[in-house]
Amino acid sequence: MEKVIAGATIHVNEEGYLTDFSQWDKQIGTELAREADIDMTPRHWEVIAYLQGEFKNEVPLSIRKIGKSGVVDIKEFYQLFPMAPLKTASKIAGIPKPVSCI
Amino acid sequence: MSDHNGDIKKMMIILSKATLENVYAAFVLANGARMEGIEAEMFFTFFGLEAIHKEKLEHLHIATVGNPAMHMPTLLGGLPGMEALATHMMKKEMERIDMPDVHEFLDILKASGVKLWACKLAMDMFHYKKEDLYDDVDGVITVGDFYKQGSGVGTHMLFI
Repeated sequence: MEKVIAGATIHVNEEGYLTDFSQWDKQIGTELAREADIDMTPRHWEVIAYLQGEFKNEVPLSIRKIGKSGVVDIKEFYQLFPMAPLKTASKIAGIPKPVSCI
Repeated sequence: MSDHNGDIKKMMIILSKATLENVYAAFVLANGARMEGIEAEMFFTFFGLEAIHKEKLEHLHIATVGNPAMHMPTLLGGLPGMEALATHMMKKEMERIDMPDVHEFLDILKASGVKLWACKLAMDMFHYKKEDLYDDVDGVITVGDFYKQGSGVGTHMLFI
């Protein structure tokens, strides 16, 4: 479905995840974060950039991988994105919903 | 009338067994709750205490006897070394699907904000001391204390 956000029209699925990553930019990410009650800081963006990099390399994401990323540890990840961190951060990053159970 | 919408707010997971398949089930459920933004607390009682016992947690086995899903005659499952073999095979599979070992899983649970409680009665029964347990266990408490931790709307309890 279409969604108008930050002055642009993007395509999202029924859960609000972007279906076409090429439509993503930082303004859209900032707006998606605001919808999740998150004020983005440089630290947030570092994590988002890491997630997007993993997505481009087709590496499936999990909490365990985040902990081993060297970018952020699990504790800080939960502090940055307090509610459902992996899902919320993926949504802000414009990448698909992660499917891992760990 | 409550205005609670039925959402799960908190999972209280009681682990009473030390077989690897049960320990992992409890850990995955607790971690999965946190990943969804749901609070989670665990209560380790009876044999479940082994999952947070420093010296025992690295040596948990899966059950080969009394476990029909092993598809193995009971007599065979009871042979020496059979549990170790089955456990070795299962651990290899777990590594393949990116499942952490027990100690690393406890680290992940703690970092994710899961509270870990040891059952006082079972501690007394097995003569365990707090120092015997994984360092980041939140405390040794009674059943009553655990119920109190779970008070509030939207709490669910699970016994494994």
